Parts: sequence; C-alpha cells; structure tokens
Amino acid sequence: MAKKVNKETLDNVTIRFAGDSGDGMQLSGGRFTQTAAIVGNDLSTLPDFPAEIRAPAGSLAGVSSFQIHFSSQEIHTPGEKPDVLVAMNPAALKVHLKELKAGGTLIINKNAFNPKNLKLAGYETDPTEDGTLDDYYQAHFIEMSKLVTLACEGIELSPKLVERTKNLCALGVLFWIYDRPLEPTIDWLKNKFKNKPEIIEANTNALNAGYNYGETAELFTTRYVVEKAKLPAGRYRNMNGTLATCLGLLAAVEKSKMSLTFAGYPITPASNILHTLSNWKKFGIKTFQAEDEIAGIGAALGASFGGSLGVTASSGPGIALKGEFLGLTLITELPVVIINVQRGGPSTGLPTKTEQSDLFQAVYGRNGDAPTPVVAATTPGDCFVTTYEACRIAVKYMTPIIVLTDGYLANGSEPWMIPDSKDLNDFDVSFEKGSETDEKHQPYKRNKDTLARNWAIPGTKGLEHRIGGIEKEDGSGNVSYDSDNHEHMTYTRAQKVANIANEIPPTQVYGKEKGDLLILSWGSTHGSCKVATEKLLTEDYKVGHVSLKWINPFPSDLGKILLNYKKVIIPEINRGQLRYLIRAEYLIDAIGLNEIKGKPIGASTIVNKCKEILDG
Amino acid sequence: MADKPTLKKADFQSDQAIRWCPGCGDYAILAQTQKVFPEITEKKEDTVFISGIGCSSRFPYYMNTYGFHTIHGRAPTVASGLKLANPDLSVWMVTGDGDGFSIGGNHLIHLLRRNININVMLFNNRIYGLTKGQYSPTSEQGKVTYSTPMGSLDYPFKPTQLALGAQGSFVAKTIDKELKHLQNMIRRANDHNGTSFIEIYQNCNIFNDGAFGTLTDRDTKADRLLYLENGEPMIFGNDKDKGIILEGSKPKVVKIGKKYSVEDILVHDETDSLLANMLSNFTANPEFPEPLGVIYCSERPTYDDLMADQMSKANEQPKQTLDDMLKAGDTWVVK
Repeated sequence: MAKKVNKETLDNVTIRFAGDSGDGMQLSGGRFTQTAAIVGNDLSTLPDFPAEIRAPAGSLAGVSSFQIHFSSQEIHTPGEKPDVLVAMNPAALKVHLKELKAGGTLIINKNAFNPKNLKLAGYETDPTEDGTLDDYYQAHFIEMSKLVTLACEGIELSPKLVERTKNLCALGVLFWIYDRPLEPTIDWLKNKFKNKPEIIEANTNALNAGYNYGETAELFTTRYVVEKAKLPAGRYRNMNGTLATCLGLLAAVEKSKMSLTFAGYPITPASNILHTLSNWKKFGIKTFQAEDEIAGIGAALGASFGGSLGVTASSGPGIALKGEFLGLTLITELPVVIINVQRGGPSTGLPTKTEQSDLFQAVYGRNGDAPTPVVAATTPGDCFVTTYEACRIAVKYMTPIIVLTDGYLANGSEPWMIPDSKDLNDFDVSFEKGSETDEKHQPYKRNKDTLARNWAIPGTKGLEHRIGGIEKEDGSGNVSYDSDNHEHMTYTRAQKVANIANEIPPTQVYGKEKGDLLILSWGSTHGSCKVATEKLLTEDYKVGHVSLKWINPFPSDLGKILLNYKKVIIPEINRGQLRYLIRAEYLIDAIGLNEIKGKPIGASTIVNKCKEILDG
Repeated sequence: MADKPTLKKADFQSDQAIRWCPGCGDYAILAQTQKVFPEITEKKEDTVFISGIGCSSRFPYYMNTYGFHTIHGRAPTVASGLKLANPDLSVWMVTGDGDGFSIGGNHLIHLLRRNININVMLFNNRIYGLTKGQYSPTSEQGKVTYSTPMGSLDYPFKPTQLALGAQGSFVAKTIDKELKHLQNMIRRANDHNGTSFIEIYQNCNIFNDGAFGTLTDRDTKADRLLYLENGEPMIFGNDKDKGIILEGSKPKVVKIGKKYSVEDILVHDETDSLLANMLSNFTANPEFPEPLGVIYCSERPTYDDLMADQMSKANEQPKQTLDDMLKAGDTWVVK
C-alpha cells in the first residue's frame, strides 16, 4: 500500500553529513553535490575534516563533515546552521548537534549507537533512546548498518566492506527526501570501481536500500523539492578551488605557449595542486616534488631563469620557509607565481581549517624593502581567473606574485559558468633575441611603461649575463654597492609593482554606490559579505559591498570609493589585517569584524554587526 | 666536439673585477676552469654557473657564461629547476663546505640522490671565509676559531663519503694546487651523465692557511697523496714504493719490496662502490694517504632523462585543448 506523501517546495536547504573519518562523509557530500549540480541548483559546499588521517574510531577528534547549501536561487555561501544533520555515530552527533537548526531534521545511523561509541562520545545515556532528541528535532533513527547487511546479502564481500557502504545508504535516504535522481551516482560508481563489480553492486544496493527506506518507512511524510536555480545562461560545471587554480595555470600555459614548471612540497591543504598538475604532463607541465619548501620555490625560480614559468604552492608555514627566495626572485626580477592556500595559524595551527591570517605575511613577510604583488581569489571558481591573471602579470612585470586562496576556497565548490578561453586576456611573452654584435647585453634594461626588465634566457647567444641577490646597477645588472643606485633601485622596484594598478579593472560596487556603510571584503569572505549586503538592502539599509581581489597594489579607484560611505566595515577571518592596511593607506577609521574560528564567517554575523553600527 | 676549440680561455673571462683575497686558492680553480672550458664546449651560451653564498659562490660573476648567484645553500634547487626546465643546458654548480654541507646540506644530498645531470664543484677550505673565520662542517674537531675559542666540538663530515652515501654517481676529489689534475677532474665531471661531485681542497690563506699543507708541500705531498687511476694499482710515495693492500676487509699501507710486490697492490675500480666507500674514509686519516681522482663513477638513469621519458609518454595521450579541459566532467546548460 502506497503511503501518503506530501511534496513541499523549498528555496534553499543546508545539509551537513557528519561521521567518523572512515565513514565516507566526504564522498556522500561530494555525490550529493554533483547531483545537485546536475539537477541545476545553485550550491556552495564546505568540507571539514580532522588533521589526523585516522583518529581513533568513534572519537570526537575523528569526526569529519561535509556541508552543502543548495538552492533554487543564487547563493554565495555554504550556509550556516544546517537544516539537516546526518550523524553516522554518537561522536558526530555530539560535535554537530549544537549547530542544527531548532526543529531541524536529524538522520541517525542507529546501529552505531552502541555502549562503546556512546562512551567515546561522552554520552551517559543513549540520546536515541532517552527521548532528548525527539523533543527538539525531527529525528529519524535508521539502522543503516543492518539495512546494508541485508541489501548486500549474497555479494561476496567481507562484512567490514559491506558495513562501509552505509554512507551510500544515508545518501539514498537524502536523495529520496529531496527527490533527486540516483543514476548519476550509480554511473559514477560504475566508473570509479570499473574492475570491482562486487563493490559497485554493494554500493548500488546500499544506495537503493536508503532510497527505498524513505519510500516505504512510515517515518517520512514529506518530500521536498528544490527547483533549478535561475543562474545566468551558460554551460556550467561544479568547480572547486583547487581544480580552478590548476586550470588557471593550464590556461596560462596554453595562452602564452610557455612551458610551466611546478615545484612544491606536500602540505595541507595545498598538496592537491601538485597532484592535479602531475597528471597534466601532456600539456608541457613539468612537476617536481622538492625535498622541502625552500627547494620548491628555488626550483621554480631556476625554471623561470631558464624561460619556463615557475610556480610553487604551499600554505602559511611553507610560505614562511620560502621567504628568502621571494626576496631573490624580486631582486633578480624573474616571474614566479607563489600560491598560498591559507590555513589556520600560527605555526602548524589548524592545518585543515580555513583562515585569512597570512595577509601580512604576503604583503610584508620578507627582509628589506621588498614589495610583492598580492592577489586573492574570492570564490572557488574565481581561483581560475585569479591564477591566470597572476601568471600573466608575473611575466608582464617580471616579478614574483603571491596568490592567496584558503582551505575553504580550495576544498569548497560551486557551480561555475565555463569560460571560453578566447575571453581571457592575451598573454604575450617575448624573450630577448640573441645578438651577434659586440654590444653588451643590458639585463636590467626596462620597458618604459611597466618598468619590467627584459628576459634573456640561457641558451641565447650573445646575451650571457650574471644575476644574483646582490644589488644591481640598473641597466647593466652588474653588482653595485653604490648608494644612489640602491635608492634608485628600491624605488624602481616599488614603482614597478605600483604600475600593476593599471591592469586592475574598475572596482565593482554591489548595492548602494554611496551610503551609510561599505562592507569591504577580501578573498573568500566575499560570499558572506554579499549575502549580508543583499539582506541589509532588502531592509532598506544604505549599504554597499566591495570585494577586493588586489591587495598589492590596491585598485586605484578604491580610495575614492571608501569616501562615499559614512563608515567602512571589514569582516575578516583574522584580527584585522586588511583593516590595518586600509587604515594605513587611506587614513580611514575602518571598523573590524573579526571571527577566527577556522570556518567562513556567517552572513548573519555580518548582518547583525552592520545593524549594530547602522542602528546604534 | 670540434677537434680544435673554437673558443679561447679569454672568451670565458667576464669583465668583472675579481674580489677574492690575494693568494686565495679560488684564483687557481677559476683559471683552470676557464682554461678547460674551450675544450668541453663550443657554445658558452649553453653553459650556466649557479652558486649559493660564500667566497666560492662569487665564481659565476667571473665566468663569461650565463650565471646565477643565488642564496645561501640553495644553489642545488635553482640548478635543478633550471636543468629540468631546459635539459639542453650544461649546468655547473659552485659551492663551499659551509654553503654545501651546512645550510644547504639537505639540497645537496637530494641532488645527488636524484642524479640530475649537473656538475658540482665544492670548494672545501674547512672554514667560513666570507663571514670571517668560523669553523665549518668540515673543520677538524677542536678547531679554535672566533666562535670556538676553546676548540670546536663538532665532528666533521668527510665530503666524498657523504656524497657516496647520498648515492652520488660520480664522486671525485682534487686540490687547488694540482692544476693539471684539477683540469682533468673538470673534464671527467663534464663527461659524466648524472650529478658529478668534485670536492676541491682549497686553501684559505686568510683564515685557515695551510689546512692542506702536508698535501701541497713539496717535501711531504708525495707520501700523503694517492693519485687514483682506474685499473691501476694504488701506489704512492716519493719512490713509488708504497701501496694499499687489503687484509681481509681492512685496507693497509705497505711498502713494496721484499714482502709485497706491485701485483699485491689493490687495483682501483671506479665502478666499485665498496672500494669507493673505503677510499672516501681515508680522508683526514693519518694512517692513509689522501686519495685524489675519481673515487667513484657509475652511470645510472638521470632524473632529467627519466622525466623526458615521462613527458614524451604523456605526449602520446589523446590531445586535448584548454577548452576541452574547461568543459570536462559533468556539465549542464542554463538557458
């Protein structure tokens, strides 16, 4: 007998999958995301995992989660408090329950609530038995381990491997609740486990078991529909920041016709850039796993000296080690792209959590007067064009450049309108031509417009020259200890970086062009600030939002824009690093909103703080 | 290579004034290098000298080739990146005992292990010169310097032994005063496909004068130096009357004459790594002479060749454009 099921339409939903590190929550989240993308929702995701590869099973430290916010409207953040929490064990429940919305939906793997796991999570009584959950949430206790065991009967697979399919069972339940197709996931399983038919069968059965449980169990009386989002017309794919960064580098190779040499050392959360590029050798990309962070940038610089585009990527602690080489790159005026996927600091800090606290390091973190261009990506998809532009500017201006992303951007994802390579800025490279004459080569001869020096690469006859870390005489490039030349070179290097402002398009203001409050964000706080601005505008507050990408140099129109508002607020995941720079540069008493919790600042936090300022 | 060099020594001399102390051993090494290079290359534009920081690391400024004076200890990283980006270049690295073994020790061992086709000239003067006289990782224990007024406590490295331990495929030793030998080692390093490591004993006449005195003084050197020749017995001494034999697994210096004949003397085999390890251990050991020459030379695939193989294999994969890559994976259209 078919049960009676209501269908209800929702604008947007936030789901958090939480479980033990070994429970496959990143996979469940990833598959739900891909399906949401295929259905046509707008979406934003936030994976969150422990620094330990396998913390003791069932412990609080070992909980891994994945949040997805999907919607029929445009969204810009991975959501704040989830509407649905999937808790695969007591520890996951303990860690995440406090953030579930009041009255929210709880999907629990009942079988994991055994005395041992309850004790590990610090529960004295079983919350699935003592009634504490039912009073506040729509709690569903599903015996997932048992369901998958039954569903996989007859498949030649160890009980342990069968048990591991329970993440697909949880996914199946959610697919039923949100009326999503199973086929994309089944196709993905078939492709992923090509040579393991029993794994495909077990996982498919588990997925179906979850879906059918929703269909038949009397517990669920409502299914929810989240319609397609009305995004700008175009072809889309789901994009995370790491892949977007790598595609940006690939675009630089293809547009410039240069080779690219990537040298890096493994570090969370930047290693995936090395992994991805290592598969792209056919595009002429060479990758080199160096012996340490210093060697990573050193090899990148060596490659650039040789006429290949040198690129390295790391996170804060690794960037600290690269500092001296950044200075050498800068004084030898060679293009090297340094990507910093920021994480919580200082020191080892919070390796798997996001933070924006390396801005000072990027802007100032070198000995001497050492101006270095700094550009930040604002969304996962934006990492593409940001990285591409960084490569182009590095070569055009013969300079190191720091690209700031962060753990949230690198691992988070969003629907991305696929660009046409033709729409990217042209990327021209010209190496100095060889000469048969006796005229002495001038390695530090500069382009009058950019102040970039010429690029003469080893192998070119007649251009033999020596460069190094000792101060150079402008023009000849010879070692010079002359005091006037040193001052001249110091200002020349600074002016060259300042000239990059000519490459920055006019700043876009979202919301009011003049008003009471400007919300100024940089990098990944873009999304939350945009959502907060939208909300404040609907309530008739006179606010605008500027999302900064270029920190060094600042866009040349920024100073004027700041003066169009009575007040400026700068939300950052640090103690106020951009605020410090803005105050210093523009003598503006900017207000800080600083939340340093290893995750994106919630839009509601920004809205509340803005109202406090505007209403106060 | 042409039979007759087209370039001259002068072609390799840059116009920069040389700023080493008068009497420094570096002058001899520079001169021998400039002398040999016309023989080993016809294209100085394909030659690059890369150095770190220290007295020896000023070397690239004086060679009229491409050059890069990098930062302390890091020359191997820049040299590696350059060679990987353009394997056609002839890349030479100049370093010292402080630059190469102290601050840059990590990079040097990994360069040797990878066997990238780079030639390393390590000037070992057993002292920090540019910072004005502190003990180095090759200084003898107990050395009195500005930083060790009561004598240094550190136990020194034996450079060739370290290079062998790091899986160096070409390990040689020479000395600044033996000009022909020095030239020959540069030639041999150039000929070797893989990382070539030459330790060059170099006298710092300001801060560590006479560190290798017994090896260079006319009166003592014949008894203290063992010239290694592949396939030749290890004989040394003023009258060529001393040799090395093996007793069990232990080397021993013997007098050639009544008890031992030339036939008993150990014959050098550059490809024998056990022998190389034994010889490298003679360093700073008063019981044995200092071996000069190619201690070990055995080719194995270089990192750059292996990478070239992977690159060409990858090139056989189906062609894709940038737009193909941008559009890859699951996509959908919004109208």
